[in-house]
Amino acid sequence: MTAKEEKTISAIEEQELFTFAEFDEEASERTGYSNYSYWGSTIRVFLKNKSAVTCLIIMISLLAFTFIQPYLPNQKNPITVHLDPNTGRQLMNHPPSKEYWFGTNSIGQDLWARIWSGTRTSLLIAIIVGVWEVAFGIAFGALWGYVRQLDALITEIYNVIHNIPTTIIMMLLAYIMRPSFKTMILVMCATGWLGMARFVRNQIIIIRDREYNLASRCLGTPTSRIIMKNLLPYLVSVIVMRIALSIPGTIGWEVFLTYIGLGLPIDTPSLGNLVNEGRRLIMSPSLRYQLIFPSAVLSLITVSFYIMGNAFSDAADPRNHW
Amino acid sequence: MIRYTLRRLWQSTVTVFIVLTAVFLLMRLLPVEGYFKDAYDKMQPEQRENILRSLGLLDPWYIQLKNFYAKLFRGDLGQSIVYRPKVPISEILSAKIPYSVKFGLTAMALSLVLGLAMGVIQAREKGKFWDKIFTAYIVFINAVPAAVYLIFTQLYVTSVTKLPILFDRTKPSSWILPAVSMSFSGIAGYAMWMRRYMVDELNKDYIKLARAKGMSSTAIMVKHVMRNAFVPMAQYLPTSVLATISGSIYIESLYSIPGMGGLLVDAISIQDNTLVQALVLIFSSLGIIGLFLGDVLMALFDPRIKLEKRGGAR
Repeated sequence: MTAKEEKTISAIEEQELFTFAEFDEEASERTGYSNYSYWGSTIRVFLKNKSAVTCLIIMISLLAFTFIQPYLPNQKNPITVHLDPNTGRQLMNHPPSKEYWFGTNSIGQDLWARIWSGTRTSLLIAIIVGVWEVAFGIAFGALWGYVRQLDALITEIYNVIHNIPTTIIMMLLAYIMRPSFKTMILVMCATGWLGMARFVRNQIIIIRDREYNLASRCLGTPTSRIIMKNLLPYLVSVIVMRIALSIPGTIGWEVFLTYIGLGLPIDTPSLGNLVNEGRRLIMSPSLRYQLIFPSAVLSLITVSFYIMGNAFSDAADPRNHW
Repeated sequence: MIRYTLRRLWQSTVTVFIVLTAVFLLMRLLPVEGYFKDAYDKMQPEQRENILRSLGLLDPWYIQLKNFYAKLFRGDLGQSIVYRPKVPISEILSAKIPYSVKFGLTAMALSLVLGLAMGVIQAREKGKFWDKIFTAYIVFINAVPAAVYLIFTQLYVTSVTKLPILFDRTKPSSWILPAVSMSFSGIAGYAMWMRRYMVDELNKDYIKLARAKGMSSTAIMVKHVMRNAFVPMAQYLPTSVLATISGSIYIESLYSIPGMGGLLVDAISIQDNTLVQALVLIFSSLGIIGLFLGDVLMALFDPRIKLEKRGGAR
């Protein structure tokens, strides 16, 4: 291009290339608006799934029922030991009947009342630990995965907490204070988030250096915004799946802790206590009802959460929206 | 990569030191009654003191700690004090570890092969017959507590197939059932996540492009979907392989296998300090190495993942 040509072009440009655009209110509304909302659509797709909605209703009513049940007429106290009116002895291993709907256990306590009281305890523990696990685990996991300066520190924290056996902590706590609902929650919260944090971290490591994040970084997007807008939305479906498993997982963990002798004391019924009590009677087929009833409730909870989790995972993928 | 590895290994040494010291001190916080089992009440105070002194438990904690590390640096794990008194820890462990590792690795191989195959079939046939059948299996395994379905497997399968109920070193047929039932939950886990990751992956736009350009469905599955879907699972593989050493509490107690399952829990509850410290040293080292190898494996499967700091990364 010669200098002469350049001059002529710039002479035209001044006038024609830069003109102020007129602000048109109508035009801005014509394109910039869409009534699509991510969570709205997710919930709408989720509610279309009939089995998932059934499970949701079952879970809500189950939780509500465990709270209402003690106030219904003719309910027994879960820790009262019932006596046989004829002999005056403990009413041991009484099979299910009109009076004791689910029968009685080996020391004569009403299994029906114990199951609902136990379900309440276990579900409450699971929900509290689950919410904590989700909030803390995701936040920690996202930072661990994305911010490399924190990597060494959080890896250290993870490894230290993960490798100190829970059993020692539980025994120390049991020695310092009486094992109870609160100590159980404390211990489970202290270690439960680790699994979620590692899970989220792995997922984030996979996508943290993808081109769209690189581009965002070049534009100077702050870390918090990258995590909230670029990374986590990408992972909603797998994270939801993991959350859905964490509530039954916590109950299973409680069963395991009871199995190795570190569960709740026997006067606080929980699904962990009940399943383990039933498990010991497995050799006598006539007493298996003591294992089957609590296991059935436990299975119902797990199945419901699994189905809801899968349905919500599918619903959370925007490609399944319309 | 070498710098990164060296940094991680150095950090791991520090972590093991912290964990070991913490466990050492926590064990010393437990009440001394624990060292005597039931005999505590029957003993004279002098007797108790003699026993504690002979175990070196009356020294101030920093001296005990110093002695412990001095021994450890000479490669001596010490002797068990309660579990099997005066027997070297290395002897106890070398008798037990092979069982747990053999069962664990067999179970893991089974779960990987069957679980991944199940997951792939489910994702390909999403919503169809096999997806539903396998989902039922996964839901069942997740829903019924492990303690319950394992005991029923033992009861019914042995009565139907005439396999031995208890483990016997000399009978190869008694190896089958423990290994198979140990893999139940693993199969369900791998299948569930493989299905989830593959279903998510199949939904992505690049798969549509691959279809449009005429790639065969099998090639898409193998080259794109499975490889991408396996990356997040690869992170856990080394940990699972190394964790087989700790055994399975349920299986080993059900079939009375003399392995490592529950050894740590037992050792803690009878307060066998030296045994607990040795186990924590082994388990935590393996756990930490597992996390690191998992990261490396993930980066191998997906070359887009960079572990080291890159320009502009936070």
